[in-house]
Amino acid sequence: MKILTTSFLTCAVKACKSSPLSFPLHYKDAELEQSDIAYNPRFLINILPRIDWDAVRVTATELGFTVPEEKPELPALDASSSTDTIEPADEKTLRELHTLLLETEVREGKLVCGNCGHEYKIKEGIANFLLPSHLGEFELFPFCFLH
Amino acid sequence: MASMTSDEDFERSNVHEVYDQIAPHFSSTRYKPWPIVERFLLGLSDGSVGLDVGCGNGKYLTVNPKIFVLASDRSEKLVRIAKQHQPHTCIVADNLSLPHSPSSLDFVISIAVVHHLSTSTRRGQAIAAMLEVLKPSPCHEHSVSVDVNRAGKALIYVWALEQKHSRRGWDEGDDQDVMVPWVMKQNTAANGASEKTFNRYYHLYRRGELEEDIQAAGGEVIESGYEKDNWWAIAVRRPAK
Ligand SMILES: [Zn+2]
Ligand SMILES: [Zn+2]
Repeated sequence: MKILTTSFLTCAVKACKSSPLSFPLHYKDAELEQSDIAYNPRFLINILPRIDWDAVRVTATELGFTVPEEKPELPALDASSSTDTIEPADEKTLRELHTLLLETEVREGKLVCGNCGHEYKIKEGIANFLLPSHLGEFELFPFCFLH
Repeated sequence: MASMTSDEDFERSNVHEVYDQIAPHFSSTRYKPWPIVERFLLGLSDGSVGLDVGCGNGKYLTVNPKIFVLASDRSEKLVRIAKQHQPHTCIVADNLSLPHSPSSLDFVISIAVVHHLSTSTRRGQAIAAMLEVLKPSPCHEHSVSVDVNRAGKALIYVWALEQKHSRRGWDEGDDQDVMVPWVMKQNTAANGASEKTFNRYYHLYRRGELEEDIQAAGGEVIESGYEKDNWWAIAVRRPAK
């Protein structure tokens, strides 16, 4: 389970989704592991706008890492060119993001919902979000979120 | 109509437990991506984040290296196989209780999954759950100020009833709810070559049914078609009135 992933997960219980307490989920008894993933600066630059930085900060802090208050500013890349020129300062930021978001894995532990307290187990790096059947009730949310 | 719990029990023994047992064998036969799925994934903008619901062995995770996929499956054994495909993430989850915030993602693919749900209500719920996590289309009131291209898109792919030239030979008018055998050949030192048959439940979609289900679940079909024994559709969330 990567820190990047935590930015896109919430509680699987329907009733929790409208509660701000359910996001992000909180790690408990986390055993960390560094994995080795190919460094891809373009991937990071493109994915960063989709990341909820506040969620990343909460998660990283709970796991004992220090991250900046604000989401790092990264250069825009020329989509048409295949080679990227990246300034040394940006390169350093990107390497740090790569290590934190992609290579830091929670191998064993739990993800806990701050709203209902449900604990999702992580085993060998895989989180299990299956719910006991009484919690799996289906209910939909209203559709336009722009109001 | 049967209760929700007994439908789940039925799917547990006739879908999930079967996949757990056939996982390695099933996985070794599933490596070639369907062209429509490949086209959809390659058409996403760089940095898109989305789901592969019912990812199986994760064969779609290698199609586009410029996107980030959260892949999920009910079968923990298949998720373990899918996990090798970095930099993506694989989790165990139920497609009716997805652990993602509403309106948060750029895309969802669901390939050969919805047809394993045993009632039309549950198939509709699965489609609705996938539409719900997509970034919404703007409502009519807001459509002027919002970039429509940013709406999330879902690609849903299901087995077709109309496949008279296939090995199975089903066609229009046949029973749509079927048990399909999976024959697993094993070679063991003790028993030599042996065969074991597992049956999986399928609801075979007839022409137009997938579009109807998507519409009823709050989606708007923007493209649909037929590809080698399967119906597929690409949908966005229908704008609120
Ligand atoms: Zn919860
Ligand atoms: Zn609106």
